[in-house]
Amino acid sequence: MAYSDKVLDHYENPRNVGVLDKESKNVGTGMVGAPACGDVMRLQIQVNENGIIEDAKFKTYGCGSAIASSSLLTEWVKGKTLEQAQQIKNTDIAEELALPPVKVHCSVLAEDAIRAAVEDFASKQNK
Amino acid sequence: MKLPIYMDYSATTPVDPRVAELMCSYLTPDGKFGNPASRSHRFGWDADDAVEEARKQVAALINADPKEVVWTSGATESDNLAIKGAARFYSKRGKHIVTCKTEHKAVLDTCRQLEREGFEVTYLDPKPDGLIDLANLEAALRDDTTLVSIMHVNNEIGVIQDIEAIGELTRSRKILLHVDAAQSAGKAPIDMETMKIDLMSLSAHKIYGPKGVGALYVRRKPRVRLEAQIHGGGHERGMRSGTLATHQIVGMGEAFRIAREEMAEDNARILGLRNRLWAGLCDMEEVYLNGDLEQRTPGNLNVSFAFVEGESLIMALKDVAVSSGSACTSSSLEPSYVLRALGREDELAHSSIRFTIGRFTTEEEVDYVIELVRRQVLRLRELSPLWDMFKEGVDLKSVKWAAH
Repeated sequence: MAYSDKVLDHYENPRNVGVLDKESKNVGTGMVGAPACGDVMRLQIQVNENGIIEDAKFKTYGCGSAIASSSLLTEWVKGKTLEQAQQIKNTDIAEELALPPVKVHCSVLAEDAIRAAVEDFASKQNK
Repeated sequence: MKLPIYMDYSATTPVDPRVAELMCSYLTPDGKFGNPASRSHRFGWDADDAVEEARKQVAALINADPKEVVWTSGATESDNLAIKGAARFYSKRGKHIVTCKTEHKAVLDTCRQLEREGFEVTYLDPKPDGLIDLANLEAALRDDTTLVSIMHVNNEIGVIQDIEAIGELTRSRKILLHVDAAQSAGKAPIDMETMKIDLMSLSAHKIYGPKGVGALYVRRKPRVRLEAQIHGGGHERGMRSGTLATHQIVGMGEAFRIAREEMAEDNARILGLRNRLWAGLCDMEEVYLNGDLEQRTPGNLNVSFAFVEGESLIMALKDVAVSSGSACTSSSLEPSYVLRALGREDELAHSSIRFTIGRFTTEEEVDYVIELVRRQVLRLRELSPLWDMFKEGVDLKSVKWAAH
């Protein structure tokens, strides 16, 4: 199976790899997927007082498309409000990376990851 | 050193140049292009001589009578002919077949088809090292069992089954034994005088011959009967009709001749390279060998790199041709069914890479692969949240994952 140039670029030079302090109140962490299924994504967002995502980091266990999907996602969410970030659709990611049908689930996982990260952030604010 | 490096010899091998050269002389107008079934002229006689010479060469490698060799299109067809042919022919005696969960799909899917036709099949679990427990096999045999099908060398993990012992068991119970030897012929010693195998599938392209040709060994003493699966002109004593592909058959014969003469030397060299590769990788953290190391074909190394997903590692090793699982299933997202049958967790099954080394592999290539694998596994682990968790001492089994 041939990968698109964009997948290869993100896979070889992944953006925003790393870890944010998951205990911090202004950091939201979303971890989705399962090792048994062959992919696990951890997406973290750091949100400022104005509700803007000022930083994002990821780590992903999975195929090249899963790594590329999460790398692209971190680029997209930076500078967005939480609401805007939640509007990112898996189809946008799949289209941007030209994912073949068997790899669409990677983009679905990325969408799940941003939702999970936002939820985690929101739950911390209510405490 | 030329890139990419080929380390997928279990998927297929390049044709040995000596084999290719000989094949070419059976194709063109100035060569021996005749139909071996033509009995009325020199062209046919020459082709027939070549086919019979090849039959002798194939028989010689396995110490069999040339009359016991039936040409087919490859090991998949041989498996089909052996299993369907014998099961159907002997169906009045019984309709039970025994095989193993780690067999090639050509055996498993053929058994599934027979199940749809009313046969009953027992699929044995191998031990965690990939080998069959003889007591387990014995317990699975019944009065209505007519056929046992067990492969000699496994295509994914390279383990060698104890065919001698299995043959003693099946013969004592008057049950036929079929062995898929696609991965072992020319690599592991096979002697039909001493091994009690009744049917054996052979392939040319796993041993530096051409694709598209194989053979089925069918024992004459005690005689084994088969129901033909392909009908036509009655070639191959009625067991497999169809014009014989002279150039392919000659190629298989030459490949088997070379294998017989050079097996010991090839094996020693390949084993040295395989051990060098494993020595270069085994000191890494969280690296697991799949399948027994001792009872194993020389060219195979199947390794799981925990916390790294296999497909992404293959992508990272883009200058090296390796596979994750078997080539026949690598388009699917399922982890290897062979590793699952060994009881490997899905995570490790997802993380497996099969390196297979062969006649044309060099030491320089092995060293390049070691360095590349080490570097890329480290890189991907830096990207892996599971590696982080492992390093923090989190037991991944205690985490509640949302399966998707």
